[in-house]
This record gives sequence, C-alpha cells and structure tokens, in this order.
Amino acid sequence: MDWNLLLTQFLNGLQLGLLLFLLASGLTLIFGIMDFINLAHGSFYMVGAYFCATLTLLTGSFVLALLMSVAGVFVVGLVIEASIVRRLYQHDHLDQVLVTFGLILCFDTLVHLIWGPEGMAIPLPRLLDGQITVGSLVFPTYRVIIIVSGLLVAIGLYVLVMKTRLGMLIRAGASNRVMVSALGVNINRLFMIVFALGAALAGLSGLLIAPITEASIGMGNEIIILAFVVVIVGGIGSIKGAFFSAVLIGLIDTMGRSYLDDFLKLFMSIQNAETAAPALSAMLIYILMAVILAVRPQGLFPPAGAR
Amino acid sequence: MKDYLPSTLSGIAYTGVIILLAVMPVITSALGQGFYLDIFSRIMILSIAALSLNLLIGYGGMISLGHAAFLGIGAYCVGIPVYYEIYNGWIHLGLAIVASGIFALVTGAISLRTKGVYFIMITLAFAQMVYFTFVSLEEYGGDDGLVIVLRSEFGNWLDLESAVVLYYVIFFVLLLTLFFINKLVKARFGRVIVGSKYNERRMQSLGFDTYRYRLVCYVISGILCGIAGVFLGNFTSFISPEMMGWTRSGELIFMVVFGGTGTLFGPIMGAGIFILLEEWLSAITIYWQLIFGAILIAVVLFGRGGIHGLLTRSKRR
Repeated sequence: MDWNLLLTQFLNGLQLGLLLFLLASGLTLIFGIMDFINLAHGSFYMVGAYFCATLTLLTGSFVLALLMSVAGVFVVGLVIEASIVRRLYQHDHLDQVLVTFGLILCFDTLVHLIWGPEGMAIPLPRLLDGQITVGSLVFPTYRVIIIVSGLLVAIGLYVLVMKTRLGMLIRAGASNRVMVSALGVNINRLFMIVFALGAALAGLSGLLIAPITEASIGMGNEIIILAFVVVIVGGIGSIKGAFFSAVLIGLIDTMGRSYLDDFLKLFMSIQNAETAAPALSAMLIYILMAVILAVRPQGLFPPAGAR
Repeated sequence: MKDYLPSTLSGIAYTGVIILLAVMPVITSALGQGFYLDIFSRIMILSIAALSLNLLIGYGGMISLGHAAFLGIGAYCVGIPVYYEIYNGWIHLGLAIVASGIFALVTGAISLRTKGVYFIMITLAFAQMVYFTFVSLEEYGGDDGLVIVLRSEFGNWLDLESAVVLYYVIFFVLLLTLFFINKLVKARFGRVIVGSKYNERRMQSLGFDTYRYRLVCYVISGILCGIAGVFLGNFTSFISPEMMGWTRSGELIFMVVFGGTGTLFGPIMGAGIFILLEEWLSAITIYWQLIFGAILIAVVLFGRGGIHGLLTRSKRR
C-alpha cells in the first residue's frame, strides 16, 4: 500500500471536512436556535468567494481581502436576516424552504449580474502557493493553511460558544429557545447575530476553497446538501456534533472515492468492483445519514437538554 | 354527479383550464405556434408530478424535498432500455412503475420514521443519492446524460413521435391522474392521510396504523411521479442527472404551493403559472431568475393559499 497516497488522501479528507464544518456550524446554529431551514446558506459561501476574488484584485492582498470579505458577508447576513428571514421564524418549514429557495435564485442571478457568467480565480500570494515537503510526502502549502485555519476557527468557535456570554445564550437557545426569550433575553438581536455569524462562517468557507476551485455561480448549491447531512448526522444545534460529523463525512467521502474500488476487489471481480465503486462511493455518506437517522434520529451529539 | 359540475368561481376556472387543454393543439396549429404545444405538454407532465407531490405535501403534510428523483427514475426507465434498443413503451412504463415503487417503498420506510425537518432532509439526501448514482454511471452518459433516439412505442396506432399524439397521451394520463387522486382523497384512505396530517395521535388512537397509511401514500405518490418521468423522458428525448437535482425538487414544491396546497386542482394551475412565467420572463431578460425568485418570495410572504386561495377567497370572507 502507498502510505504517502493514503496520507495525502487523509489530509484532503480533513480539508474537505473542515470546510464543511465552517459551512455547517452556522447552519446547525440557525437550525437549532431559530428552527429555520436555510437552503440559501450556500449562497453566502458563494458570495464570500466572489467578494474575496474582487477584493484580492483591488487590494492586491489575499489576507486583507479575506478579512474584508468575511466582514462583508456578515453584513449581507444581517441585511437578509432583517429584511426577509425574520418574517419567517413564525412560518412553517415549507414556507422557509420556499423563500430560501427563492433567495438562491436571487443570489445566483445577482452574482451573474455583477460578476458575469464566468467564474473568477483568486491568485494566491507566492508564500502560500508553494508546497511543503515532509520526508517523501509533498503537500500544497495552501491546503495546509486551509486545515490549520479551519482548526483555528473551530477552536475560536468553541471558546465563543463555551466561554462567553453570547455563547451561553446560543447554547441556551439551541436547547430551549422559548425559555431563553421568557428570561428576558433580546431574542431578536440574538437571532440576528447568530444568522450573520453563520453567514460569515459560510463566506469564509467559500473564499478558502475559491483559490483552488475558483469562485463560480451556484458553487454553494451542491456543497450545502453535504452540510445538511453534516448537521443531521451531528445533531441539530450542536457545534461539537457539526465538527466531528464534518470531519467524519469529509474523510469518508474522500477515502471512499479513492479506496472503495480496492476494498470491493477483495470480494468481487475487478471489473464489477470498478463499475460499482464510483456509484457506491457517491452514495456512502447518504447511506451513513440514513442509518444514523434510523438508529439515532437526534444525531450523534445532540445539544444538552434539546428535545 | 353534483360533485363534478362546477358551481364556484374556482370550479368554473378549473373546468375552463381542462377544456382549454383539450383544444390546445387546435389553437396552436391554427395560430401556427407549435412552440406553445411543447410548452403545454411540459406543463401537463410537470402537473402530473406536482399532483403526485401534492398528495404528500398538501394532503399528507409530508414535505418531501426529493421528489424530482422519481421524475429522473421514470425518465431513465425509458432511456436505459432505449440504449439497449428496447423500444416497447409498456416495458418502459412497467419498469418505471416497479423501479419508482421499490425506491419509494425502501426510502419511504426509512424516511417516514422521522418527522419535520428530518423528513425534509432525509428525502433530500435520498434524492441526492440517486442523483450522484446516475452521475457516476459512465455507461449511461454520467454527467452528460443520455439521448433517447426513439420515443416509446405503444403499437402502430399510437405514434409518440408526433407532437400532437404525445400531447393527447399526456393529457389523457393527466385526466386519469386527476380522477384517481380525486377518488383516493375522498376514500377512507385519503381521510386517514389528511387526518394524520392534522392530528396523528388521534388517528392512532382511533386504531389506524398511520405509518403504514403514509408509506402507502408515499409509494403511490412516487409511482405517479415515476410515470410522469416516463413522459418527461419521451418529451425531452434527452435525459441527464440534472433533471433530478435538488433544485428541481424545489421547483416542484413551488408548483404545488403556487397552485394551493391540498387542493385537487391547485398543482395544475401552479405548474402552468410556473412554466409560463419562466418562459415569458426568460424571453425578456437573461436575468429573469432574479424577478422569478423575488416573485416566489413575495408569494410565500404575502399570498397565502396560492391561486386556489385567490379564487376562493371572496367566498370565505
């Protein structure tokens, strides 16, 4: 077995997992605290990437553009929450699905209108564009940066949620939002901050991947489904659950795509294995989700006290 | 008999729509607008799909965000046999019914154990599973899709290659679907489904196994949508995984809500408005989806009850 390849694939899986975590952490909070299904969460992912592409060109600095973009998406989140989403908390899930679906159409077209139909590449500074060599393993520097920054944000979120007053309110909201508002917390402001924070995290996720894939219209519409799987598997409203299930799903997805055919060859003909493996590996995480929903519907790490 | 005669504004409007659909080929050929015949064929196909979804959402309160999977399964039940040069339409139809039925039975049995948000998400996940499965099937075109070289053959007397014949076949299937759903929801079965939407525990304490009723409802709905998929495949003569992407499922939900959920006729109106709006707006500007999205949002925020609601509102007040 090629250990270098295995390690590279492991790091790729970890990278996908951490990007998913950034996307899913906001989604799970919005789900858990506001009981709101936000299909348009992937739009923030896309908007973040486009902001960063433009700002990198304007400022010439990727890092500066990154910071400004995250702030920009935060503001977009605030505006969307205050103008549209807020009206929907009292509506049923069907209405939420429909409105956020409409929002996706609007976001995709607006991006088309502003940035044109072509995707936008984000040039990396030379410092981040190289490769890191450890022994015989060669791995792109930028991918290491994604992994490290994903872990840093995870730690930051952990501190925010576990050690601050805002975090305490967020946790309380995820467990029992009626009680939180009954205790006199300004629930509207809490909702607004959580929504915008989630949007900013999604934007960060999108702009981190964009230098590899480039920013494109509808880029969030596929990965958002994976993020939903992460949220369900981890337990709605749980940051910890989102983290572990995101990494788990990132690894399963990446490893499945590269090793499932070898695994299947152990007990079926080579030809059959090579036909079945791609289809099966695409289905793996959904099968995982179905099993978890059937066996443990509340997810792996439901928030404390949630019903 | 009284039930079938229109007595209200909505009844008159719906009867008008059926009559209009029945004579549409005459109108379009008189005007020389064959293009509109295609649009109305598509409206009717998606009406059948929306009717089947309404059975879940409107009558059963089961919000499925994965219904387009059945459309895709039905369409591939035409595409794959045709790929192997099997053109018999009855085989296509039979395959579609069996395949979508089995898929509905298996996924429904798992999905219906969950409620609310979880149900929405798990139906979505299953649909994505089918989507990615077809994307990875290189033999059948994968991402690029599959061209259906010849339409299904139902014997010499029914040539689907003719647009008008195809139109009337779809029209006939649509009428059958309407008739069937009307019977179904008025029967005891339908009352149990509607009852468990409003108060499941009460239905259970009345002795109904609501899970079973819902599962049967889910399978019926899936099969109906699979049949719609057979005609969609025949109509477009081209199938790709894209037609079962999750945004397609979202569009189907919109058709149901546009027309008015839980009404017999609503989904047809919804599908009609949805597709006509799409056609007209996209002819005006390439940025039509912005207007479209805004309309969708406005309909949900301000227009309760859809078109059916508009037609019956004056009566209720």
